[in-house]
Amino acid sequence: MIGQRTERVATSAEALPEVVRTLVGERGARPAAVFAEDDRAGSGRFLLSYVLALPADRAYAVVEAPIAPHEPRFPALASWLPAVNWQEREVQDWMGLTAVGHPNPRRMALHDNWPEDTFPLRKDFELRRALPPLRGERHRYRRVEGEGVLQVPVGPVHAGVIEPGHFLFSVAGEPVLYLQIRLFYTHKGTEKLFESLPPEHGVLLAESISGDSSVSHAAAFCGAVEAAAGVEVPPRARYLRTVLLELERLYNHVADIGAIATDVGFPVANAHAVALKETVLRLNEALTGNRLGRGMVCLGGLRRDRDADRLAMIGAALPAIERDVESVVALIESSHSTLDRLEATGVLKPEVARDLGVVGVAARASGVDLDVRRDCPYAAYGDLRFRVPVYPHGDVLHRMRVRVDEVRESIGLVRQALAALPDGPVSVPLPPLVEGRCGLAAVEGWRGEILHRVRVGPNGRLARCRVKDPSLNNWPALAEAVQGNIIPDFPVINKSFNLSYSGTDR
Amino acid sequence: MLRILRRRLAAGILTTRYPETPPEVSPHARGAPRFDLAAWSDARPAAAACPTGAIRVEDAADRRQVTIDLGRCVMCGLCAEADPQGAVTMSGECELATTRREALVGVAHYELDAEGRQVRLLSDDSLVRAGDELARTAHGLFGRSLHVRQVDAGSCNGCEVEITNLSGPVYDVERFGVHFVASPRHADLLLVTGPVTRNMEEPLRKAYEAMPPPRLVVAAGACGISGGIFGVNYATLGGVDAILPVDVYVPGCPPNPFALIQGLLLAMGRWTPRRA
Repeated sequence: MIGQRTERVATSAEALPEVVRTLVGERGARPAAVFAEDDRAGSGRFLLSYVLALPADRAYAVVEAPIAPHEPRFPALASWLPAVNWQEREVQDWMGLTAVGHPNPRRMALHDNWPEDTFPLRKDFELRRALPPLRGERHRYRRVEGEGVLQVPVGPVHAGVIEPGHFLFSVAGEPVLYLQIRLFYTHKGTEKLFESLPPEHGVLLAESISGDSSVSHAAAFCGAVEAAAGVEVPPRARYLRTVLLELERLYNHVADIGAIATDVGFPVANAHAVALKETVLRLNEALTGNRLGRGMVCLGGLRRDRDADRLAMIGAALPAIERDVESVVALIESSHSTLDRLEATGVLKPEVARDLGVVGVAARASGVDLDVRRDCPYAAYGDLRFRVPVYPHGDVLHRMRVRVDEVRESIGLVRQALAALPDGPVSVPLPPLVEGRCGLAAVEGWRGEILHRVRVGPNGRLARCRVKDPSLNNWPALAEAVQGNIIPDFPVINKSFNLSYSGTDR
Repeated sequence: MLRILRRRLAAGILTTRYPETPPEVSPHARGAPRFDLAAWSDARPAAAACPTGAIRVEDAADRRQVTIDLGRCVMCGLCAEADPQGAVTMSGECELATTRREALVGVAHYELDAEGRQVRLLSDDSLVRAGDELARTAHGLFGRSLHVRQVDAGSCNGCEVEITNLSGPVYDVERFGVHFVASPRHADLLLVTGPVTRNMEEPLRKAYEAMPPPRLVVAAGACGISGGIFGVNYATLGGVDAILPVDVYVPGCPPNPFALIQGLLLAMGRWTPRRA
């Protein structure tokens, strides 16, 4: 068995809803990704796929149905499966397949001011097509009316150093009644671009899907291509990838813990956290040559090995990191005014998290026990011991506490991986990619489940690369968690999810 | 409270002395690639390995023009790995900011043998590095106090990871009078990242127009300079200077905090090139 277990289920567009319903109902499947492919040049069809996680089987299922080009539509599942709501709309926008019966079929990935009949992921759409200037309204927001109801628009350029997106708050007095989120401002044609790059350059593009998750996206992309090529990366590379992935989790979680403290007026804790993040970024640089860990993961393993001295330096840095983490956490946990602001703020209820298919930190803080590292292991995770923290509370405090627990586990994982590091090569050559082969890989990035799914096209290029960042699953949950809270608490609620705009918009 | 103070004292002073001291980067850090142009016998493997077209080769009969654009370079190191003779190496150099886009581009001309190998370097308009141009209108005006508004015009957030560090205890740009502000209306300088996406073109223009003149624009990162690995496509317009006049370009992917500080100091007219 190469890579993670994947079941392919071929069905028809008419039967697809029932197949998915059975998987969800009888096998506890969790809808993870939806995407379409333009295979008109090959099979003469579009292909529509639903990717579902099968936790009991430690596998993923890809349910695939052909769609006839003369009837470019499919039965939407979003009315009973809210977790696929956004991604079905994506299929409409990118590929021009209509989601029949979708509860909210408006444009999402393309803004309203993009020209009609623009379907960028169709093969007859050129990557570098020059579109006419965008004019007119970008998005028609829903009106929220009532006595004393006020609408507060925020963004796309925010007050802090944050990615762009538009939030429209409808408030009655202080509490937020309804939050509308408009994203895809940073859409840069990434999935289309993968089709034009040689796969070895695709790795670098994957590193730029969401900069703070460079290693995770690179590992997911490489995992998918390696699965399509049928190669297993050598043990030493699997262990070293684990080290890089956990260092990435470490610096991001530490930064978020500090930023959550800042957003409730406790910047001292953040100053210590930022210093700690710097320590980890410098470790990354010493290990990989790049502070974000870029340029190390490659197809077939790693671009280069590291000698014992350099690896020992990582191990030697861990006790001080551990000590500093505990001291920052102690600072925050001993500040009652801080905890008071975090507790019961921005609650995402477990049943809502489950319905929306929320993943990662946000899921585990809302009682949903999932973690790809444990549920469908990759890299060296199957050989290592770690705990998956789960809390039922769903508030900002527990999204922070999940991070705290995971930082401790990450340090343990880096230690274990270094201690058990196998000898041997760090890469295997990739055989020529065979047209038509597919590969799926899942990685538990620090935000949550990252999925990459590739299909090999002619000339060793990729015919399609679907990228699913965990943010895509989690944004709708932010809108739920904010309801009833006051706008001044929005920054800390938003930070506690810390979703990627670029990972969503691609 | 006592705990906070104790923790603070235990931490000591973390702030770098940069730019008085050189950038504290790892000896293994990948910064700009270096080219031994005279010894380079074949630029084709490096050009083929480059994911962003930062190294371009154009042949005509027995002549070759090699163009190297640090504004496109993502510092991945694939060119150095691909070059069999070792004429391309990766350096840790990160102080690459410049006020002129063309200063990031170098051109070399070669004479070729029958196999297309470079036998003689004919001319070498190599890269002009930062610090060669100083006093600008900003000098004296913003030299002691600079209010910065950051706009992500489509970045992957990698640049933002580093820009956020500028306000932390290690880099602390407030020591130069640099302050990040919440609105372009309060800003002297717009620090822009990302390939400018179609969807961010208008918000970027609006942010710039909201600034009171005189105003400066810094384009950060390979994407901000040239579109980087995304280039120009149906969804992106390429570098920031396709939309706004850019005063300072800061290469890197992402530029590290030292590089960003150097770029800001250059914009303030406060950068003095380091003597080796």
